[in-house]
Amino acid sequence: MMAVEASREAAPTPGSAGDTARSAEARAAATAPAVKMQTEALRAWFGAHEVLKAVSLSIPERRVTAVIGPSGCGKSTFIRCLNRMHEVVPGARSAGAVLLDGVDIFERGVDPVLVRRRVGMVFQRANPFPAMSIADNVLAGLRLNGVRPRHPEEVVERALAQAALWDEVKDILSRSGASLSGGQQQRLCIARTLALEPEVVLMDEPCSALDPIATARIEELIHELKDRYTIVIVTHNMQQAARVSDFTAFFYIGELVEHGETDALFTRPQKARTEDYITGRFG
Amino acid sequence: MQRPNALDLRRALTPSASFWAWTGTEANLGDRLFHGAAALCAFGVVAALAGMGVEMIRASLSSIERFGLGFVTEVTWDPVRELFGAAPFIFGTIVSSLLALAIAVPVAVGVAIFLAELAPAWLRTPASFVVELLAAIPSVVYGLWGVFVLAPWLRDTVQPALAAALGFLPFFGGPARGFGMLAGGLILAIMILPTIASVSRDVMVAVPTSYREAALALGATRFETVQVAVLPHAKAGIVGAVILGLGRALGETMAVTMVIGNRAEISASLFAPAATLASVIANEYAEATSDLYLAALSELGLMLFAVTLILNIGARLLVGKVGRAAPGVRGG
Repeated sequence: MMAVEASREAAPTPGSAGDTARSAEARAAATAPAVKMQTEALRAWFGAHEVLKAVSLSIPERRVTAVIGPSGCGKSTFIRCLNRMHEVVPGARSAGAVLLDGVDIFERGVDPVLVRRRVGMVFQRANPFPAMSIADNVLAGLRLNGVRPRHPEEVVERALAQAALWDEVKDILSRSGASLSGGQQQRLCIARTLALEPEVVLMDEPCSALDPIATARIEELIHELKDRYTIVIVTHNMQQAARVSDFTAFFYIGELVEHGETDALFTRPQKARTEDYITGRFG
Repeated sequence: MQRPNALDLRRALTPSASFWAWTGTEANLGDRLFHGAAALCAFGVVAALAGMGVEMIRASLSSIERFGLGFVTEVTWDPVRELFGAAPFIFGTIVSSLLALAIAVPVAVGVAIFLAELAPAWLRTPASFVVELLAAIPSVVYGLWGVFVLAPWLRDTVQPALAAALGFLPFFGGPARGFGMLAGGLILAIMILPTIASVSRDVMVAVPTSYREAALALGATRFETVQVAVLPHAKAGIVGAVILGLGRALGETMAVTMVIGNRAEISASLFAPAATLASVIANEYAEATSDLYLAALSELGLMLFAVTLILNIGARLLVGKVGRAAPGVRGG
């Protein structure tokens, strides 16, 4: 990624007026984030019940996008469509397009296994494999994808360090992942996701089962991670959305009501329904 | 009406109230009678089990005194000379049951994985139902099928082919008779398959969905998800299911008696006729003439009783352990 950007910036030679204009354009594009993922009229059902109604939303690269809304508004279903986890639930189906770098991940011939490798996911309830050690949990994704790192201990350290867990577990790597506290388990799950070096990390209410201190650690972590990853976080906690995200999307009963920069959405909501929700009048 | 209700509720919530309810001393007469009757039934079952054990020991006493521990190792079973050794039946029981497990376990686990993980939702319930139905077929029906279909097929097709390909091994030597250890093991395999498959399926279904989702979200295929997220959790329960199947195989009588050939001999060949503890009791009890003969048969029964009891207790403990380890927590 870095190499591509560098060459793109170096390519236009200064001189002609057209070139200057183009490089200015390129600079503007560099400050306004590129679109990493985009949904187009995404609809989803559980059986006959429609939970998402034609949602079109773009997710900017290396930014944190928060998805908020009252319970049952389809926010979890929405992010589960972004890595095709929605379809693993019996009776669930979806329609519409989800573009990842411009390619529809629902297109015929696209392997969901490869999509999920590029778009990782952290769940509401920390779910490390309890039969595996901490180190094996981190390596599980690589092993599942047939990658045998030459120095697995380096991969483990890097991923755990990125997830801000290394210092706490470096001496107990062979212990079961289930022996950790709830917050540590959730960071272990984040490390397990990061070890695969995904491009996008989806987080489905990652802090809802955690205490405030563990929550603060995960939020700090999200701040650090957005330099390298595109993050989409579902949260029912509006303060959390305001703290961690650059962009916020507000869902209500399966529809995308409003979407914009987080500061703008929370201070100057355009829709009455958004204002009602963020001021706590319902939800 | 309101007040007594509130009072009852408060009383029910205090620990001493539940103690009184348990002993039945403070409840009304009807409740006490009901409590007593239910308790009597429950203890009656336990008493019946204990009584059965005591009675079988009593019935076997003369054989136990006469042959001692040698009963287990003695290979001669000759009612005419009143020489009784259990070794051929112990051998027949163990080999036929192990053969059944070797055939049934891989198939049953495959069936369970299909039913719990892979089958489309509309197929899961009816297919599971059919598998459980197989366990409800009376064993004499399996036996009849064994006599008329399985044994002739083994004699004419399978055994000649096995003899041609692997005849140099002692397991596949001797004439192809159809009836024998192989037929006994196969029919047992078919009979224990539904037990192992349905218990394994239940154990797999009890594995929390969140583990499956963790594996899928890391880019696991369906097969890898089963491998990484389902089997490690279900392992103890599957072992329990296998032991339950083994318990059934050890004790199964009718179908095995009909196809195993019934000869008190120890042979290396799976084609040779054999006998099991259960089959010899069924075959010979009616014609046992002497007291010692009856006692020897009772002692065979006692051994079977003890082994199946121990195996079943062990299996239930293992299956129960999985149930507790995975208390149906489904990830949101």
